[in-house]
Amino acid sequence: MASIDIKGVRKVYPGNVKAIHALDLSIEDGEMVVLVGPSGCGKSTLLRMIAGLETITDGTISIGSDVVNRKEPAERDIAMVFQNYALYPHMSVRQNLEYGLKNRGTPRDEIDRRVTEAARILEITPFLERKPRQLSGGQRQRVAMGRAIVRQPKAFLFDEPLSNLDAKLRGQMRIEIRRLQRNLKTTSVYVTHDQLEAMTLADRLVVMNGGRIEQVGKPIDLYDRPASLFVAGFIGSPPMNLIPVEQLRALAGAAMPVLPEGTDILGIRPDGIMVGGSGGIPLSGVVELIEPVGGESHLYVRVEGIDQVLILVLQGRAEVAETERVDFVLPVAALHGFNRESGKRVE
Amino acid sequence: MDTKRTVFPSQGLPYLLVAPQIIITLIFFIWPAGQAVKSSFEREDPFGLATSFVGLSHYVRLFQDPAYLASIGRTAVFALAVTVISMGLALILAVAVNRLIRSATTYSTLLLWPYAVSPVVAGILWWFLFNSSTGILPYMLSFFGVDWNHQLNGTHAMILIIVAASWKQISYNFLFFLAGMQSVPQSLNEAAAIDGAGPFKRFWTIVFPLLSPTTFFLLIVNLNYTMFDTFGVIDATTTGGPNQATNILVYKVYTDGYIGLNLGSSSAQSVILMLFVIALTVIQFRYVERRVQY
Repeated sequence: MASIDIKGVRKVYPGNVKAIHALDLSIEDGEMVVLVGPSGCGKSTLLRMIAGLETITDGTISIGSDVVNRKEPAERDIAMVFQNYALYPHMSVRQNLEYGLKNRGTPRDEIDRRVTEAARILEITPFLERKPRQLSGGQRQRVAMGRAIVRQPKAFLFDEPLSNLDAKLRGQMRIEIRRLQRNLKTTSVYVTHDQLEAMTLADRLVVMNGGRIEQVGKPIDLYDRPASLFVAGFIGSPPMNLIPVEQLRALAGAAMPVLPEGTDILGIRPDGIMVGGSGGIPLSGVVELIEPVGGESHLYVRVEGIDQVLILVLQGRAEVAETERVDFVLPVAALHGFNRESGKRVE
Repeated sequence: MDTKRTVFPSQGLPYLLVAPQIIITLIFFIWPAGQAVKSSFEREDPFGLATSFVGLSHYVRLFQDPAYLASIGRTAVFALAVTVISMGLALILAVAVNRLIRSATTYSTLLLWPYAVSPVVAGILWWFLFNSSTGILPYMLSFFGVDWNHQLNGTHAMILIIVAASWKQISYNFLFFLAGMQSVPQSLNEAAAIDGAGPFKRFWTIVFPLLSPTTFFLLIVNLNYTMFDTFGVIDATTTGGPNQATNILVYKVYTDGYIGLNLGSSSAQSVILMLFVIALTVIQFRYVERRVQY
């Protein structure tokens, strides 16, 4: 087990395509860090640089106390779970698990002990003699995880490991990965584009955009205090409502609170808006669409006076119907201020 | 699997559409093959005026003929050598090209050229290169104390046709190996690299086993090629000599039939070859389809 230190790392592909701009990140020993961002944000590239599958243009990556820039993937003592699992199709599950240990000259009885243990933890003992193609998606996923844990590496690297599974299995495996990582306390870096997966798995969340880190922190802190418009829009589902200040000011009049200098966009979480309450900016609008998702309802409301649709989340069943008019308030405490120019949060 | 059935407006149309292919196959393959089977049981007089049924005597005589048995041996040596050399070199070239990123297409194109050369031209090309009085290769070999002369030395002649036949076939094998390698997902290689396998070990434990369907397919195709499609190479270079040293089965069919005019024996030989190719094809269909790994 080890910490991972990334200092000033850049990645420039041939043709001067800059994938990652001077990036710093420290991952503590035993921590689970999730890299999240839209496709092309550089999260996979960063993971592959840690793994040693991509060269590092500039800067250093250390695992434990060693700088690994020039080390082969095998020498870095990390294990990786791939999106397509990358199981060796011609080998049985047991051979898949053993392969990395055999290559490192682990004694036979030690190999058997670790494989048995990993198979027990992941509940794949009945499939040990099968070939990967005879397994379901979820079982393959477990074998891929098993291949990582038998190695007892310094760190686990996960490259969107759940994106090939159906929604139900994905939720299930997400919990298993979390539980496994908590028990083994192995430093882990997890790449995903799914913000729900990111929120639920991460000790710390790293939101990336355009080859840069937008914000690092505990998932709930990022949700409560997004540092930029990008994070505000990316974290949380349904996404945060963003309203231009000048439009809101014209509507709110005297109810408009005093905003810090430079605030020109206000954001509010869909669950922060109160229907029929008071003490905030009162607004009203026509319900265009209701999405009943079970425990809560999502209302798409076209605000009167400004041509914008806000999303409201109501607990329980909605008591309004589509095309009806609804009054609501934006509580001042729930508002987030942003500057349009810089895209940054304004306090 | 669900395949879409095409519905034709009239019942005769589908038969009409496949008719040209069927007719060509019947006239140029089935009918001559039938004639060969028929005449392998017959003896014909020198003027072609009378034929008599002789049963299996051509076949019996063939397997008692030392010249024919020697030809089987030579064919085995030739077929195995060409298959091993052309597949081995093709695999090495495919590995090399597969490692390239930008120039891979250029190299692939250049490596495919020999396949476009006709067997006769390929044979003549190597015949010139190996020509004992004007060729460059014998000149270079002379420095190593080798007195090259494929017109007199049977082993030299055999090497010449092996080299010429292999050279032509490398392109074909290369293309299949390269395609096979490119269909092995990159992530498997990466996973193996992380699992501590070096490039050499990765190739032998991951890539090569996954290529086994391709390798098996090529093995069959190459054996077929060496036994049947190398007539041109031999006819243009050694014409089976010296002293029968390069007279492989397919060439012997020609020499015995068209030069020796022993049509019955020649027919029997071609029937034996035909049985052999049928056997190879059956093996290919039975096992290649089944052994596909991923």
